[in-house]
Amino acid sequence: MTAIDIPEADRVTLEFEALAQRQARRRGFLLALPAWIYLIVFFAVPFGIVVVYSFATRTSRGGVALSDWNLASYERLGEELVRNVLIRSLGLALLTTVICLVVAYPFAYFMTTLSARVRNLMLVFVMIPFWTNFLVRNYAWRLILAEDGPWNTTAEAFGIDTVIDWIIDLPGWIAPDFLVGWLVDVPEPLFTKLAVILGLVYSFLPFMILPLYASIERIDGALLEASRDLYANARQSFVRVLLPLSMPGVVAGSILVFVPSLGAYVTPDILGGGKEVLLGSYIVTQFGTARNFPFGASLSVVLMVVMLTATIGYFRSGGRNL
Amino acid sequence: MTATGTRTGRRMLGVHAAAVYGFFYAPILLLVVFSFSGDRLVGQWGGFTLDWYREFLDNEQLTAFHDGAIWTSLKVAAVSTVVSVVLGTLAALSLERFRFRGQRVFDALLYLPIIIPDVTMGIMMLIFFSEAITFADTYLGFEFAKGLQTIIISHIAFNISFVSVVVRARLAGMDDRLEEAAMDLYATRWQTFTHVTFPQILPGILGGALLALTLSLDDVVVTQFSAGPGATTLPVFVFSLIRKGVTPMINAVSVVMLVASLVLIAMMLLADGLRAEADETA
Repeated sequence: MTAIDIPEADRVTLEFEALAQRQARRRGFLLALPAWIYLIVFFAVPFGIVVVYSFATRTSRGGVALSDWNLASYERLGEELVRNVLIRSLGLALLTTVICLVVAYPFAYFMTTLSARVRNLMLVFVMIPFWTNFLVRNYAWRLILAEDGPWNTTAEAFGIDTVIDWIIDLPGWIAPDFLVGWLVDVPEPLFTKLAVILGLVYSFLPFMILPLYASIERIDGALLEASRDLYANARQSFVRVLLPLSMPGVVAGSILVFVPSLGAYVTPDILGGGKEVLLGSYIVTQFGTARNFPFGASLSVVLMVVMLTATIGYFRSGGRNL
Repeated sequence: MTATGTRTGRRMLGVHAAAVYGFFYAPILLLVVFSFSGDRLVGQWGGFTLDWYREFLDNEQLTAFHDGAIWTSLKVAAVSTVVSVVLGTLAALSLERFRFRGQRVFDALLYLPIIIPDVTMGIMMLIFFSEAITFADTYLGFEFAKGLQTIIISHIAFNISFVSVVVRARLAGMDDRLEEAAMDLYATRWQTFTHVTFPQILPGILGGALLALTLSLDDVVVTQFSAGPGATTLPVFVFSLIRKGVTPMINAVSVVMLVASLVLIAMMLLADGLRAEADETA
């Protein structure tokens, strides 16, 4: 019997199965259809329009001419002013990420050493600020940092000014310029980059804690014990065992903090008073006072590219499992 | 993971954890305290008062029935949640239970609204609506302006994705042999869905709905770019107030928003408990 020579009954079953499969496929497609259509019309199309706009020309009256396609908006990214905004935003987002990582790591590790009940309770209390209204959480810092508010009063009571003046007077090799640059703002941080960092860390710290916790929790504790039994000191077993094994969490958390920090708009506005021009607010300006839609669109595209790259990295690092 | 390390090391970790919680909760607590402060300056204590709450209730732009910011927020949240729960659940079912052409592209498209920075999404909607308004006017011969509808459209666009992620997680954790068993016992597809699948994923749908509500009530940036002069939501209104200059009334409004968040969180935890219970009985 050759392969083609299938008995009648079997052939019917095969045809029936093929039909059932086709039907299931159609059903799946139909179920997805409403969301498909919605997202294409109200997400993919707007997304496409932004990309198209980024190649268009700004008219003298601040409108958009959908002809004369060019790369002028992208060429402007090289201008010094624009480059400074980009570098400053990248720097602040990076610094936020590093601070979140340094603060969250010991916290997440500590959680994994506790009993399941305590751990779950701690998780809930990390989730609560995470779910609490974002604007309100940022506004709370505005209140704390307000003139003669809680921060000012406390700093004064402890004589922070004197301490900082003393540090600033230290020779350059102990207190380098960049450190001094941050320290001078400590007594009155509102509307400085210090306040922006504080707000960003406050907003996104849970994004770092949760994936870190998930990845450290999964590590077999026996591995750490083994490293200690083999005479590794605490630092060695951290650097060579714990850290490498928790890398997926580190990468995932860093991306989850870095991306929203880079695009942040509300926090720099409320706490930075718009003095520190960052990418988010710079984009918004192009659609407001500056009225340069193509340039604003090209900046948005840059932000999207960074985000997409980061997301692909996130999935590559096993982020889907966290 | 088990505990390793010295006693002092653990104590330091404990102190650090306490400091992190202090960092999380101190600002929220201070906000609540200062909302009752009688001083005109924000962040200074001047005796207990409820004046700011009264001022908030008397503010027409905030509390006016039907077109006050609070009502706009509630309307937007309610409509966008209902629509995105239906569309998001269908999308989740199609992705978890079926294989169809274009599925991977659909999956990717469904992820994008979650990861896109809100400024980018806001700008997208801003340009889209202005183009759509011109298009409708010149080619379709009808006029519409930005307002309640455009805010709702934008909110649905990001909420579908969040709902579908939550429902999918629930579907993935569910034993699909239950569905097979029902069909083996001659239940139709529809009966299987209403009697087996739906009750099982209901906690997930509830969780998704609460998430959608929270996100809709929270959103500032996307709403700001989708809103017209006629309609503002509570967060957008508060944001514009903060930009004009802080007043103690904002403290009171913030506390009200905070309480709303906490109620939703409590409901989420409850839905989570329901989920755990459903799993135990299953």
